[in-house]
This record gives sequence, C-alpha cells and structure tokens, in this order.
Amino acid sequence: MSMTDEQGFGKHEILVKPLEGIGRGFVLTVVVLAGIVAFGAFAYAWQLVHGLGVTGLNRPVTWGFYIINCIYFIAISYGGTMTSAILRLVNAKWRLPITRAAEVVTVCALGVGAFNIVLDMGRPDRVLNMIIHGRIQSPIMWDFYSIMLYLTCSFLYLYLPLIPDIALLRDRYPRRKRLYRFLALGYTGAPKQKHLLEKIIGALAVAMIPIAVAVHTVLAWLFSMTTQPMWHSTIMGPYFVMGAIFSGIGALIVALAILRKVFNFEEYFQHKQFNNLGLLLLVMTITWLYFTVAEYMTTLYGNEPSHMAVFNSKVSGEFAPYFWSQVVFCFVIPFIILASSRLRTIAGTVVAGISVNVGMWLERLMIIVPTLTNPRMPIGVGSYKPTWVEIAIMVASAAGIILLYVLFTKLFPIVSIWELEEDEEIEEKRRIKIVAEVVAEGKAAAGPA
Amino acid sequence: MPRWGMVIDLDKCTACQACTIACQAENNVPFAGPDETALDRSKHWHDVMADVKGEGEYPDLHARFIPRPCMHCEEPPCVAVCPVGATYLDDEGIVRVDYQRCIGCRYCITACPYAIRYFNWYAPEYPAGYDIYMNPNVPLRPVGVVEKCTFCIHRLEQAKREAAAQGRELTDADVVLLPACNQACPASARYFGDLDDPESTVSRLASSPRAFKLMEDIGTEPKVYYLAEDKN
Repeated sequence: MSMTDEQGFGKHEILVKPLEGIGRGFVLTVVVLAGIVAFGAFAYAWQLVHGLGVTGLNRPVTWGFYIINCIYFIAISYGGTMTSAILRLVNAKWRLPITRAAEVVTVCALGVGAFNIVLDMGRPDRVLNMIIHGRIQSPIMWDFYSIMLYLTCSFLYLYLPLIPDIALLRDRYPRRKRLYRFLALGYTGAPKQKHLLEKIIGALAVAMIPIAVAVHTVLAWLFSMTTQPMWHSTIMGPYFVMGAIFSGIGALIVALAILRKVFNFEEYFQHKQFNNLGLLLLVMTITWLYFTVAEYMTTLYGNEPSHMAVFNSKVSGEFAPYFWSQVVFCFVIPFIILASSRLRTIAGTVVAGISVNVGMWLERLMIIVPTLTNPRMPIGVGSYKPTWVEIAIMVASAAGIILLYVLFTKLFPIVSIWELEEDEEIEEKRRIKIVAEVVAEGKAAAGPA
Repeated sequence: MPRWGMVIDLDKCTACQACTIACQAENNVPFAGPDETALDRSKHWHDVMADVKGEGEYPDLHARFIPRPCMHCEEPPCVAVCPVGATYLDDEGIVRVDYQRCIGCRYCITACPYAIRYFNWYAPEYPAGYDIYMNPNVPLRPVGVVEKCTFCIHRLEQAKREAAAQGRELTDADVVLLPACNQACPASARYFGDLDDPESTVSRLASSPRAFKLMEDIGTEPKVYYLAEDKN
C-alpha cells in the first residue's frame, strides 16, 4: 500500500468528498434529526418526572413499544454484522465497498436499541443494580451481558478496519489533522502493523457471528423462558435470529441506496451489490415463511386453549389486520419483487427492504402484545394503545440512528478506501503476473523454433 | 422452619369481596381512580376472579368465583426471572419483593402465570384525609416498582414477637386467621398456616380430596389450595 508518497485519493477522491464543507443539505438534515431527538428526550423527561404511567402500558400488557423497538433496532444491527462478517469470511469481493456502511448501521442501531431497554425501566436510577445485584439465572442478565459484549465487539469491528483509513486521512487530507492523528493510533501501514491489524480483524469477524447469534437468541429467550402462551416455544431463538438478519439486510439496502443517491456513489454501490443483497433477502424471505408456518402450524394442531386464544386473536381476532399485513410485508411484497430478476433492480430491492422492515416491526408487535393481552389466567382480555410519549420516543430513536449515521459520514469515509486500494493492488499484481506468464510462455514456445 | 400456605373453601365462599377490601386497607394499596382503572391499572393485591367460562353450557353453566392472593409458589417463575434478586422466596416460603432494589423491568409480571403482580405506574396517591387510616406497619411502595401480596408478613412477624414475649411457640390457632383477608372473611372460608406441620388446619384441608391448586400442570407448585365446591 502506498500511503505517504502521494497526496489525495486519486480515483477514490469522491469517497472523501462527503467529509468536506458543511452544505445546506447537511445542516438541514442534522437540524431536523436533532430536533426530533430533542423532542424524544423531552418525552422521556416527561416519563421520568411522572412515571411509566404516561405510557399506554397496563396490566396485563406490561411490555409494549419500548421492548418492541429494542428488539427491532437490535435486529437491524444484524445487517451490518452478518453481511460484513460472513462475507468477509467467505472473502466475497463484492462486499468490499459496502462493509463499512453496514458496520456503521450495526453500531448506531445497536446503541440506540440497547438504550430502549433503559427507557422501559420503572427505576432507571437503579440501573447499576444490574451489576451490583445481578443474578445470572435471569434472562435479562443474559441480554445485558451479551448486548454489552456485542456492542463492544461491533464497535471494535467498525473501528479497527477504520484505522488505516484514518491514517490515510491524517496523511492526505488537509482538515481535522488533530482528530485523525489521535484516532489513527500511530498507524503507518508498516507490514508488522498491517499484519497484526488484519489478524485481529479476521479473528473478530469469526467472533462476531456467534456473539450476534447469541444476542438475538437470548433476546428471544426473554420471552420463551416464561410459560406464557405462544412465547414458550423452542423456535423463538432461531426465529428471532433469522428475523434479525432479514430486517438487517433490508435496512442495509435502504441505507446503501440513500448513500448512493446523496453522495453519487454509483461506481461503488453498483447494481451487483443490490442484486446480491436482494438475493440474500429473497432467501431470508422464504426462510421467514418457513419459520412462521412451522410456528403457527404446531400451535394450531396442538390446539391448547391458552395458546389458541393468542393464535385466534392474531389470525382472525382483533390483531388480524396487523398479522396479515405482516405476512404481506414480510413475504408477499418482497417475494414478488425479489424472485424476478427484472424487478430486482436498485429501486426494487429498496422497496423490498422497506417492506421487510415494516413487516418485521409488525412481527415484533405480534409476538409481544397478543400474548400479553391474552393471559393464561382468565382475568379478561387486555388492550394496549401507545401514547404520544412512546410514539415520540420511537420516532426519536429512529432519528437518532440516522443522525449518528449522518455524523459518521461527515467525519469518516463510508467506503473503506484502503481495502479497495489493496484489492486493486492485488488485482494489478495478478495482471502483471499473468502478462509475465503469457510472455514467458510465448518465449518458451518461440525458443526451439 | 414453617412453610406458610393458605386454603380457601370455595363451597363456603360467597364472593362477597370482603377479603379484597380488607387487603386493600391493610396493605395501603393505593386507589387507582376511574381513569386509571379504565386503563386496566387498578391494583388489588387480592382479587376475586370470576371464571365465567366455567364448565357446561348455558343455562346449566357452572361459573366459579375464585378469590386470589399471590400463590406464593414453591417454584416461582417471577423469582427465576428477576435480574437483581429483588423478588425472592424467603426461608418460610413467602415470595417477597424488595422495593428498594426492584429496577421496574416488569419481567416478573410477564412471567407470573397467575397475573397477580402489580406495577406502580405512578407514585401512589390516596384520597385526602385517608392518612389517618393508613397502616403504619406496611411500607408504602415508590413509583416504578412491582408489588404484590405478602401473606400479611407484618402480621406474621408481630404474632411471632408476641408469642416469643409470652415464651411460647407460635401455634396453629395463632395464625389460622392471621392475614387480613382471612380475618375479614364472614363465611370462615379461608385458612392460613404451616403446610409442613401435618397437624395444622391447612395441612389437613390440603390433603382433602376436594383440594386443588390453580394451574397445577405448569409446575409452579403454588401454596394456595382451593377446596372445590359441591356442585349440587
């Protein structure tokens, strides 16, 4: 890798363009997003002052939007981990331009998602009790520790591959020298450093996968470890993991399309990337149907009254509109679009990605609320209507994720420059080698004659 | 070490709700008011559940009223899921809540199959002038924590102290009507006592062929027994 001997980024100049200047579009985006986040903070302050009574939660529906959103946002973070780590391990070349964009989705969504648990607590002032008095037999502790580990690892997994790019910025970019010098940790690209860094990144890529799987499995176990109807099911862990990869890929497609449009990254985020992600999403769409059928068919044939009360409320009762829209958004729309190579365009995959995310949010709603409104004990059927506080905090959480993403793109390149350059160098060497071989062969053939 | 339990005779019970009211007053359970009650947030450590699904078809429907304190399970699902040990099974088999430690995650509420745990959505409020009726022996619970029936543990502690002052052991007669719900029952349908003592009233009644427990099949081993009513 040639680092210091040239100024500028050559043909990759466009990748550092978003770092320059503060345009009107950027300011407007940040102000609007920050405004929404500020309103969410106000709503939370309102809840802190008055108590959780300002939400629509009640008895028996004691969990609602905060838990749904926590699971939904943590699920989105899977788009980054899984695409990036798995594709890195199988060394799929087409991943190179999109891994960074995916990893940033992971860190932003995970941080905000995990914070939603604190929003749900009746006594957030006692959050340290989780450490002081923590009991490992509670599934909440499994969540707590696995999410902390996942957050730490995904942060490192974003930061470490970023170091060479920060060093590039330090050496070749005129602004924010102090910040980049500090964050580059003295990285010069010396073979020893580079070797060590790549070794750690490789190890982290391996470690990320089981950690991520564990996180969503134990999130599912939060529900399935209780005996509540339709929660107490062995499929919940895999169902959650699968659903997380599903919505994560969908969210990643949408994020890539926006970056492509805003920063003119057509050359980096090509049809190939969207097509391949679309195919992955198609596989997950079919898997989703399989898991859903497996879950509901066993409940239906088991025909236990308490389970059937929940089942009926979803399939034909008060939650039927949500349940069947979930089927349309998670399966019908994405399947029709993604199964056809003609419709699997950039616009097509984006529509599918949005549809999947709406559908998966509805699925989280359908997993949590109908079970709670139909308790095993015949104390009557509950109901749940979220209030402005919960809706404001939900919108603010989404805005917060986008805001963090926007700020990241202002400070760091969203496409990994060093990995692209390195790949080009390898390609170049390979080409030279082939040419040399061809020439040698030509000479050998010409020799005897 | 005693293992406290309760027996409720459904044949004697008239579903008059005196137990519910006695519990409300004894334990300083706050009033939810009409608005909060409409939101399903009323709080009754003890309630009388109308199981109108019952058995049979109308007009030969056999509906049933079931007075419900906390079941004080031997295998309490709420205790298993608490992340901070704020709810726990004490040495004498009572499931208790440490209001100062509870973080308000409400996992215990979702895990309890009997739906008998309550959350303080707001800081507790009492009508003006109610303070003179407050029970000084029961602590008030702050906003954001979970609370539930304690088998009137404060009365139990007091009975133990009184017995100790008289230099004797706690007897079955001391405790059989000890909790406020039992004391208030006009039909004498409720009994409290040590399930490990084979001579106690609750032990004898719990071994009756009429005895059953709620949701025996899910392995929570509740310590509240019911005596089935005579259907004739």
